[in-house]
Amino acid sequence: MSEPASILSTRNLTIGYRSGNNAKIISENLNLNLNSGQLVCLLGPNGAGKSTLMRTLAGLQPALSGEIMLGGQMLLDFKPAELAKELSLVLTERIEAGNLTVNEVVSLGRTPYTGWLGTLSNLDQEKINRALTVTETATYRDRRIHQLSDGERQKVMLARALAQDTNLIILDEPTAHLDLPSRVEMMHLLHTLARETNKAILLSTHELDLALQAADQLWLMKQDGEMTTGIPEDLVLNGAFESAFAKTGFYFNRSSGTFTIHPEEVSFNINLSGNTDLVFWTKRALQREGIGTNNSESLTPEIFITEQSNEIQWKLDWYGTATYYTKLETLIDSIRLKRSHEIH
Amino acid sequence: MKIDSAGSAGSHKLIIIGLLVLVVFFFLLDILLGSVKIPFSEVIRIIFSHESDNTAWLFIIEKIRLPKAITAVLVGCGLSVSGLQMQTLFRNPLAGPSELGITAGAGLGVAAVMLTGGSSTSIYAIRQLGLSGSWLIIAMASLGSALVLSLILLIAGRIRDNVILLIVGVMIGTITLSVVSIWQYFSQPEQLQEYIMWTFGSLGGVVQDHLYVLSGVVAFGLILAFISSKALNALLLGENYARSMGLTVSRTRFMIMAGTSLLTGSITAFCGPIGFIGIAIPHITRSLLGTSDHRILIPATCLVGTVLMLVCDIIAQMPGTQTVLPINVVTSLLGAPVVIWIIISRNNLRSSFS
Repeated sequence: MSEPASILSTRNLTIGYRSGNNAKIISENLNLNLNSGQLVCLLGPNGAGKSTLMRTLAGLQPALSGEIMLGGQMLLDFKPAELAKELSLVLTERIEAGNLTVNEVVSLGRTPYTGWLGTLSNLDQEKINRALTVTETATYRDRRIHQLSDGERQKVMLARALAQDTNLIILDEPTAHLDLPSRVEMMHLLHTLARETNKAILLSTHELDLALQAADQLWLMKQDGEMTTGIPEDLVLNGAFESAFAKTGFYFNRSSGTFTIHPEEVSFNINLSGNTDLVFWTKRALQREGIGTNNSESLTPEIFITEQSNEIQWKLDWYGTATYYTKLETLIDSIRLKRSHEIH
Repeated sequence: MKIDSAGSAGSHKLIIIGLLVLVVFFFLLDILLGSVKIPFSEVIRIIFSHESDNTAWLFIIEKIRLPKAITAVLVGCGLSVSGLQMQTLFRNPLAGPSELGITAGAGLGVAAVMLTGGSSTSIYAIRQLGLSGSWLIIAMASLGSALVLSLILLIAGRIRDNVILLIVGVMIGTITLSVVSIWQYFSQPEQLQEYIMWTFGSLGGVVQDHLYVLSGVVAFGLILAFISSKALNALLLGENYARSMGLTVSRTRFMIMAGTSLLTGSITAFCGPIGFIGIAIPHITRSLLGTSDHRILIPATCLVGTVLMLVCDIIAQMPGTQTVLPINVVTSLLGAPVVIWIIISRNNLRSSFS
């Protein structure tokens, strides 16, 4: 592996829109850096300006001020044909020419390299085959785009970008519209691609948990356009992650790395003991009911969970009376009932 | 995988050879049939050795039927390729020269020549103009087409909806036509009649110098289209993807618009507004070949367009009778059902474009 080289960097970049004499600044003073072999996820709430940043970095939209350097050269100095050899895109827009085969779409990725008629050389064909292989799309290369599922289609668009053979690939929300397994697969694919091909990959996404796991770097954009960068773990620990998405109604749970919907308002406590996995899920069910699980010494009801030959059993000790349950649902119902009796 | 792609390329080749055979067949048939019966052997002899014992036959074939058949070929190629380019450029299956009012724009250009000429001569009189006049007409008709085309392109940038764009096209066409109508209102009845004849469309009457001019311009437009085929392919993925693959979209768009305007403008100037060929042929070709690759589609569209235009011309002559139907009527009778089929089979629409 070669030394990580800076592929894309910005200096004092200001992004936004200019209409007439007014400039609407979305984010300013951006000093970003993207190295080869790195997978960078751009995260931020809706409306923070992720798309504007992506479009500006991709050269689809002019920057208000500042510099963007691509491979040691100013982005503005690139001719379109040269830029196409340095930077490829995967966009959110659905491609409408469903009549094209997968092979044809991926072959279009070679456009910057082919002659005036677009005839493919052996090298072009080799790159196309490689792109199809690594994205695992080769098996349906003769199918038409409109016959593919969203997940397959997205992989084909990635294959097209790979065939374009650029040092930098920018993907705008590549996991949108995909189901969970496809999302995970896509992120995993991008992660391995960055490592194996030594390309720099930048993507914007709303998949916080996937981004936390797969990204080498996070670019966090707050609602007001302020940018924080760093490795995911640092951003979690210094609270930047939480503050970027701060909103009432949910909070970031540092121990699980997920956002939790209701901050618990504990009105009642139960002692919980047993196998860790079982305790975890039971705790979740209880939390939804507003029941805390502090293992306090005081006189509270207790739940013991046991598992024997795939049979899970919850033993509820309600101030001395023990009842056994085999489903969480009946346990929760029963607790609810007992508590309402208590209140009346 | 290799076998598959080779197989589809092979079937493309077979279809194209089949189309070539059909072109030759219908070309000969078009010359053979007409209100005057001329034996087949004599027709062949006139075409290849330019001589015949019957001078009337020689005149009919060389001065009337042959130019008319060649015009049919030019119209078939030109209008269908301009339709194909427009459908890709607008990413709209309902785009076509007559549907979006481009031919109306060409008509306006033609009318403008007559108006600025200071005389109230009719559009039909262009056939009486000399060589320089025909260039002027082509230039004005192409400019008229380009004007309408750029107007529609401007609107298409804002509106992504297929049907709305089509309605806008029809409206712009209507505006253009009403401008022509104002001019018509102040013209003499005889000239009006001639204008109406022009709107029926006619493949006849494009002879000698005019035919050379038309052939030259159509050939240039077709070459322009073929050069753009790589760009057209990239545009299939949408403008943003095309740009990311190194395409200068504004330049490409200009090339395509120039080609389309030249093709539509020149053909409309000489043959009148011929409807439905531009929209129908690309769809027929696409479903025939099952590909969106313009490098194959452009030549194939030319061939299919030629075949259908020749067939329309043969039908228009009503073989065996003395009557001749206006060509526009025949193409509309044939083309309108195709457009209805496109709208009804949303599947076909979706698979190609949306």
